[in-house]
Amino acid sequence: MADNIQLLIDAPLLIVQLLLDGILIGAIFAVAAYGMALVWGVMNVINIVQGEYVMLGGFIAYQMTLWNLNPFLGVPVAALVLFVLGIGVYYAIIRRVVDKDMFISLLATFGLSILMQQLMNQIWGSQVRTAQSGLSTWFLFDYQVTVSQVKIVAFVGALLIGLLLILFLKRTRLGQAIRATAQNPRAARVLGIDTDRVFAATYGINAALCGAAGAFVVMAYSVHPYTGLPYTVRSFMIVIVAGLGNLPAVILAGLGLGASETMAGFILGVQFQVAFVFCLLVVILVFRNTMLGRKRRYLK
Amino acid sequence: MNGRKQTVLALVIAVTALALPFLAPDYRAQIALLWVMVLFAMTWDILGGQTGYNSFGNVVFFGIGMYASAVVQRDSGLSYFVALFLGMGLGGLIAVAVAAVLGSMVLRMRGHYFAIATLGLGIAAAELAAGWDYIGAGSGMTTPLFPGAPGNQYLFFCYLFFGLSAVVFCLLAWLYRTRFGLALNAIRDNEDKAEAMGLRTGLYKTAAWMIAAFFLGLTGGAVGNLLRFVDPRDTAFAGATYGVWMVLMAILGGKGTLWGPVLGAVIFHVTQELLWTHLLGWQRVALGLIIVAIVVFFPQGLLGWARERWPERFGHKVEAS
Amino acid sequence: MSDQLVVEQATKRFGGVVANDGVSIAVPQGSIVGLIGPNGSGKTTLFNSIVGYHALDAGSIRFEGQEITRLRVPQIARLGLIRTFQQTRIYGKMTCMENMAASDGECGRGLLDLMRPVSAETRDNAEALLEFCGLHSKRHLRAGDLSFGQQKLLEFAMALMAKPSMLLLDEPTAGINPTLINGLIERLKRANQDLGITLLVIEHNMRVIMNLAEHIYCLAHGELLASGTPDEIRNDSRVIDAYLGAH
Repeated sequence: MADNIQLLIDAPLLIVQLLLDGILIGAIFAVAAYGMALVWGVMNVINIVQGEYVMLGGFIAYQMTLWNLNPFLGVPVAALVLFVLGIGVYYAIIRRVVDKDMFISLLATFGLSILMQQLMNQIWGSQVRTAQSGLSTWFLFDYQVTVSQVKIVAFVGALLIGLLLILFLKRTRLGQAIRATAQNPRAARVLGIDTDRVFAATYGINAALCGAAGAFVVMAYSVHPYTGLPYTVRSFMIVIVAGLGNLPAVILAGLGLGASETMAGFILGVQFQVAFVFCLLVVILVFRNTMLGRKRRYLK
Repeated sequence: MNGRKQTVLALVIAVTALALPFLAPDYRAQIALLWVMVLFAMTWDILGGQTGYNSFGNVVFFGIGMYASAVVQRDSGLSYFVALFLGMGLGGLIAVAVAAVLGSMVLRMRGHYFAIATLGLGIAAAELAAGWDYIGAGSGMTTPLFPGAPGNQYLFFCYLFFGLSAVVFCLLAWLYRTRFGLALNAIRDNEDKAEAMGLRTGLYKTAAWMIAAFFLGLTGGAVGNLLRFVDPRDTAFAGATYGVWMVLMAILGGKGTLWGPVLGAVIFHVTQELLWTHLLGWQRVALGLIIVAIVVFFPQGLLGWARERWPERFGHKVEAS
Repeated sequence: MSDQLVVEQATKRFGGVVANDGVSIAVPQGSIVGLIGPNGSGKTTLFNSIVGYHALDAGSIRFEGQEITRLRVPQIARLGLIRTFQQTRIYGKMTCMENMAASDGECGRGLLDLMRPVSAETRDNAEALLEFCGLHSKRHLRAGDLSFGQQKLLEFAMALMAKPSMLLLDEPTAGINPTLINGLIERLKRANQDLGITLLVIEHNMRVIMNLAEHIYCLAHGELLASGTPDEIRNDSRVIDAYLGAH
């Protein structure tokens, strides 16, 4: 570990490389995080299967390359497929646990997570998969910093999705209904909003967001049936830090997480990168709880 | 069911359990694992169903026990059984210490935050262990070969784990009748109220977790020898399998009861073994489906359902003075 | 008769709102004191400050001569200062008897003391108190299955079980069938006279509090508005204005 830090000091451009990589993936984290925040804010469900939706989105895009289609098509296709899946999952399962104890919904979505992991494993096998996007690399600073073009595309794509989402929430009837329900479900119901359908739409949109993100992930990075949980945890951490309603904060937190994770992965060694993510989760929760404890309140 | 009937039932089960490895000698490994599952469920329920703190991270203590025992057996140079029992004991003690430390950090969180934090702990432990060379990193460790005929190996573990289960069961039967048991239930039902009545909630929660940790550490110390290998993600800190099953089994049987976790463990384990035999690759998919089904449609579990149906049998009746 | 509870200049802010501003009250040993005021006047905030639910921004609270301003909820409860809740809190999945046994002061002790079965003495006390509150026949039912009025009585019985020297009651008659209110008032008076428990009671029901209390404090807009005997308060024009909303 000390050697790695020494390397950073000796070659500061390495820091630029790491930060850049981190920020680029951070935007994708932010998209998944905002979806989780939506579901959490609107129906008070913490969606543990979030990461598996991302992976599934990636596998769908991957599958398209197996059919000799352009994986970029995977972005809208995965979004659509996941949207439908999300609605289905809502009506089959989520809707039955929405009004129950949050632990029940946690356990239910965790069960779904396990189910989906195994399904993806059965369908696509347990190898790491990527999709060739056909893009190449940019070289900066005299070949010392590499920027994979598909990562830039993924970054821009993520930001565009975020923008679309904001417009959707602000300008469309459904978007406004979602926001109203998030603020006060009972009032929304009284005003004639069909909260059940709003919940379904929200959950579907969340799944779609994850699907699109996943399609970018498989092109710019990789997917595997069992590496969904880290994405769930990343989303959760971002939401905890940024709060439920705040998209700019979510983006910032996402970028920050991406950057810190990439740096930690370099300094500690890539085999500890996932450990870092989960340790960070515990640290954030303990810290948050301690801060609240000062005021004699608790993370409930 | 009153105390006497419960004692009779327990004795019947004990006798059956003692005879079982001879009645079904081909299934000795599965029988041994059955008692491991019972231990998983019972220990989870101490903090989970009884105290209301649903932990996804109890595997941490199990894995600690497994690794501690494997290291002792690798490095101590002692004979098989001495090293094994020493390893188990050490595993239990380290697990207790870790529970005290972790408890001070995460037991102050409530509800789902606690659950997620413990989930993080469980997986962090797996990932950290997978990077630590001293304990074999990603390849894990192996445990020594059992001295004696292979048939006897599983026989030994059948009785070892059954014995441990019996001890824990009796301990919990006693514990849940003390004021401590009442205090834990009070914390579960309304922690704010418990605090307002003067209960030392922090102390009791931590103590509950430490009790669970101790027995999980002991169990883990021996399971490593049963399985012959210690893998950070798949056997020791198996969050997505053992970690979830612990919760599931207790819920299935009825959490917060003495017999519920035992019942749930038996049903779950038997079902799982049947699925494995018949579905092979898809057994994990089926398991995922079962988890969702139980949580969504049957969260009160068998005993919980029975209690709603026949409350008088559980003593909930109007009784004139 | 010395003051058992002394609150001096209690101030508590929540964000921009000043819930309590320099409130001072004193509760003499063995008395029944009432705390009234329109909604939002800071009564429950004051209660919460006294029992340690949140920290005061300024001021001090002394109970039986001891400074308790910085103590936490369980510590204060173990000193003998027990409160009941406006929304009635009981242990829903446990039986009434178990609720009572868990409220025994024994349950606040160290671990080793707790590793003991419930004593016959505790059981007898519990049954006596349940009888006192008219719940004896329901003692084996789950507390969560009781009616709202019965749960309120159970909470009261649990509070008595803890052998408090002082009880803080947050709207004890709220939501109770008017025909049962007299019964509750009777029990409160008996607890005070026979068991010597001091009572500090938040109440909205004027008939109840005028009947019950020896001394009344009236809060409005976070400040202490008036203090005196029930008759004095009843005739105080400021109190009347506060309730009727005149500014």
